[in-house]
Amino acid sequence: MVHYFIIDHTADLGIQVFGIDPKQLFTHAGLSMFDLITDIQKLTVEDEHLVSVKGEDWPDLMVVWLRELLYMWVGKEMLVKSIDIQSIGEFKVSARVAWARFDPDCHVINREIKAVTYHQIQVTRTSRGWTSTIIFDI
Amino acid sequence: MTSILKKIDDYRWELPKTGDMRVPGIIYTSAAMLNSLHQEESLKQVANVATLPGILKASLAMPDIHWGYGFPIGGVAGFDWESGVISPGGVGYDINCGVRLATTLLVEQDLKNKVTDLADMLYRHIPCGVGSTGSIKLSLKEEKKMLTQGSQWAVDHGLGEDRDVDHTEDGGCMANADPGEVSQRALERGQKQLGTLGSGNHFLEVGVVDSIYHRKAAQTFGLFEGQVTLILHSGSRGFGYQVCDDFLALMTRHIHKIDLEIPDRQLACAMIQSDEGMRYFNAMACAANYAWANRQILLHRSREIFHRFFGIGPTDLGMRLVYDICHNIAKKETHIIDGKPRYVCVHRKGATRAFPPGHIAVCADYRNIGQPILIPGDMGTASYVLVGTQKAMDETFGSTCHGAGRVLSRKAAKKAAKGRSIYRELEDKGVIVRWTGKSTLAEEMPDAYKDISQVVEVVHGAGISTKVAKLRPLIVIKG
Repeated sequence: MVHYFIIDHTADLGIQVFGIDPKQLFTHAGLSMFDLITDIQKLTVEDEHLVSVKGEDWPDLMVVWLRELLYMWVGKEMLVKSIDIQSIGEFKVSARVAWARFDPDCHVINREIKAVTYHQIQVTRTSRGWTSTIIFDI
Repeated sequence: MTSILKKIDDYRWELPKTGDMRVPGIIYTSAAMLNSLHQEESLKQVANVATLPGILKASLAMPDIHWGYGFPIGGVAGFDWESGVISPGGVGYDINCGVRLATTLLVEQDLKNKVTDLADMLYRHIPCGVGSTGSIKLSLKEEKKMLTQGSQWAVDHGLGEDRDVDHTEDGGCMANADPGEVSQRALERGQKQLGTLGSGNHFLEVGVVDSIYHRKAAQTFGLFEGQVTLILHSGSRGFGYQVCDDFLALMTRHIHKIDLEIPDRQLACAMIQSDEGMRYFNAMACAANYAWANRQILLHRSREIFHRFFGIGPTDLGMRLVYDICHNIAKKETHIIDGKPRYVCVHRKGATRAFPPGHIAVCADYRNIGQPILIPGDMGTASYVLVGTQKAMDETFGSTCHGAGRVLSRKAAKKAAKGRSIYRELEDKGVIVRWTGKSTLAEEMPDAYKDISQVVEVVHGAGISTKVAKLRPLIVIKG
């Protein structure tokens, strides 16, 4: 179970996630997004997918990363169950992403996330680790 | 931030030019509504928009203004066509999200004891909700054709009447659409969703004309008291989202290349006259056309359902499209700037075109009276029909408000709905609701929105549109 905070916004929804390092932060961000969408526990992995994206800095990389994962759902009806980041730096992240095909008889979609926005995007290194704030269009 | 606003008159407040702002901001609101603005970031967003290159006159906000990404929702900004920018954030994710209103020859009495059954039938046959797919499966070739033709594509495929196209803003088609600028991902997402309502604040509403304020305009638009109406609120679905997302990614990189400093990444933009700017404009037009084809199909499906339900033919039902407007769009329009006509790229994000009588862009049937404006309210109260004015042309690039605008976040709305049956409350008010999403009803409850009548009073009082009629909901279908 990934812990994250929900940030309240008039029109939309934000989350704040944490990690001891960028690898954990990006893993948690991806899983938190899918935790908002569905009950991850109920997913049975069908296959793995290699995701590799580039960004201009940490915040940009976070948006591009989540956008790529969200496309798996909105474009391909794949629900992400687990993420194994193979390599990560400020400008690139590569990961193996395990997914389950959406089955309306088994999976409940709790919330439609329509887009990952740049609005107030933050990725920060703190004394205790890493944190990121992301706002979704829902 | 409201403390720095300067009152111009009873309906307008100025946000003075400070810092990097190239023009001032002008907020259309009332003293009563001004208070709800102070916790909002939306005023800061009005100021941010004012910093963008080529902005003309002022960064404008309509009374339904609320926080958006980059640009506020309820924002209007005109940029010089030659030296200004175009911004995906100034249009929004749901490109050509819009509203269409159709009237029928039925009166409220005809629905007596039938409302629940009609609601069930509409809910069964209009695809709505998360991930819903339509009955139309498009080949890639056919999809591209639809993207260049908009509403006409649907009509040519037997999904409507020629008259529907005439009564759609811009004839339901932006001619500059170029499917070559659209990503494979957008095309894929678009293939499955044509003819679907979507989720969130999108809806189908059966209502009744409750009051008429402007007899002549109402008559011209074919509205009479007690008449049964249909409103559809939907947009370009996943297709528009993907187009917006693709170009936001492209433009956030582009602004670094051209060394443009912007206060918020979501304001990413390109000069209209650049390759990137034109590519977005032409891709956005595809999404606009998608949305028009989508609403056209939804109207056609609604007609079929009504025919079947009442056991009557098209002549007896007489479901006639009054008008279709878009409220998330960027357009090339001619406006008078410093006494001279100029091409302007008008961004309307949660704002509606409000063209006056005599304007060439208003369809022939309504040219004498002005363009119809459709303002949906929340599901428990009312929707309004207004008409465009010359004052809107002079002050707001021919624009007005678009709806109620949220006041409660979705979380706050759910909290406020706890222990209440929103369904029963609406039923007590005479509104039957059907919905798919688990939390849709609580999140979209009437308390979550500004009072639509206050919003409409401001634009009417300010003279940027004139009230024509009020519609009362009877059935609401939500995604």
